[in-house]
Amino acid sequence: MAKVLVVTSGKGGVGKTTSTAALGAALAQMGQNVVVIDFDVGLRNLDLVMGAERRVVFDLINVVQGVAKLPQALIRDKRLENLWLLPASQTRDKDALTEEGVKRVIADLKTKFDWILCDSPAGIERGATLAMRYADEAIIVTNPEVSSVRDSDRIIGMLDSKTARAERGERVEKHLLVTRYDSARAARGEMLSIDDILEILATPLLGIVPESQDVLRASNVGCPVTLNAASSAPARAYTDAVRRLMGEAVEMTVPVERKGLMDRLLRRRAA
Amino acid sequence: MDATPQVARQQVRMRGRSYVAFVFSPVVPVVSWLAEIDATLGKSPGFFTGKPVVLDLSAVDLSQAAIAHLVGSLAERNIRILGIEGVDESKLGANLPPLLTGGRACAITHVEPKTPPVQEKNKDKTKLPSLLLESPVRSGQSIVFAEGDVTVLGSVGSGAEIVAGGSIHIYGTLRGRAMAGINGNSAARIFCQKIEAELLAIDGYYQTADEIADSLRNRPAQAWLEGEMLRITALN
Repeated sequence: MAKVLVVTSGKGGVGKTTSTAALGAALAQMGQNVVVIDFDVGLRNLDLVMGAERRVVFDLINVVQGVAKLPQALIRDKRLENLWLLPASQTRDKDALTEEGVKRVIADLKTKFDWILCDSPAGIERGATLAMRYADEAIIVTNPEVSSVRDSDRIIGMLDSKTARAERGERVEKHLLVTRYDSARAARGEMLSIDDILEILATPLLGIVPESQDVLRASNVGCPVTLNAASSAPARAYTDAVRRLMGEAVEMTVPVERKGLMDRLLRRRAA
Repeated sequence: MDATPQVARQQVRMRGRSYVAFVFSPVVPVVSWLAEIDATLGKSPGFFTGKPVVLDLSAVDLSQAAIAHLVGSLAERNIRILGIEGVDESKLGANLPPLLTGGRACAITHVEPKTPPVQEKNKDKTKLPSLLLESPVRSGQSIVFAEGDVTVLGSVGSGAEIVAGGSIHIYGTLRGRAMAGINGNSAARIFCQKIEAELLAIDGYYQTADEIADSLRNRPAQAWLEGEMLRITALN
């Protein structure tokens, strides 16, 4: 049975799109059929992070409005044949999305894929509510700072009230993904600790992705970090998160950079 | 509506309040109608004492003097009239109760001796109004329950608010706003397992996060009203 997952946060810039790409790629690497949908109509980014921006012909709006058929709009990833992207339109805005249209597209995708990852735009308006509308599960991306945590709390409240599942009296299963985490700064009290975040949000933890240059580097070359630098600390964190999503019990740790002695010496000299 | 002027502050606090009033609709001849009232009073003296009573004169056409006489006759029976309905305002002089409009019909315990007190008791037993929330209240959510107490099994997030007619009990951390006793219930209290509140209010008197002592932070606490002072103390 296909699972519809929304990657959401409320606040912008916390890593929703990066996480959607990384998780989607990690799921595909494990042999799952995956489609990632960009719901950020008007400010699309997922195509860039996935490195598919030069192959976009039709988009989600075209499919919702019946201008194009779903297979025409789906873009297959060049590196993983079971990873697909449904891009957003850059020229329209979120009002072009309709609830009925989104429902139809997701129902259609459910017959073709194992996992449907919806990359939500920031905010709590139409785009964000439609991205979460038909979700079975939600990944809430949070940075270890108060404004991000409060916005996540708001989004969790909306997941419990505004989704189709909530309206049917069912639950949307929620997972917390903490990104841009820096253990050293958290230890010095410059960042919220994982315990603080979990205490405030009262939501099970899916993973802790450490702050890393590898993430930015991967986005810049248009390749999900789980493919671009598979052995890097953030990639391992995303892969662990995906294994937990699939029901595996994986011990919760904060992956650290693996540095050799030469690496450290070179870095010290460079710094 | 009552308006209480307060000397210490320059604002007049206005509050709305609604009551269920008995409506008397006299019919002609008024004398025999009064005799029926007497019969009711004979069975249970003082039945109308302290109850708001409204006179609906739409079924009869009485002069100003006749209205004054009727009000006087009722006053002799210890029935005081709160207001009059269904009559032209010009017929009501300065010494008569004011004209009332906008009343809505509602269910009322039947005017029969003895039964009303019993019914009221039953009501108290069966319908203790309280609201129990078994999940955390998230940022942006607003829980309004004017009928009574609110209990939350979980935390109240920053940017969330609980508004209750009665007391508020939070078995978690209170990070948002809690407003208790909104209908003028100054006996209402707020309890929480951990206080990090943005605002606490009881019966309109409030304190913001800035005014809450740091020594209380992160501890179990309760807030109550002492006169016009909102007091917050640790629970242990």
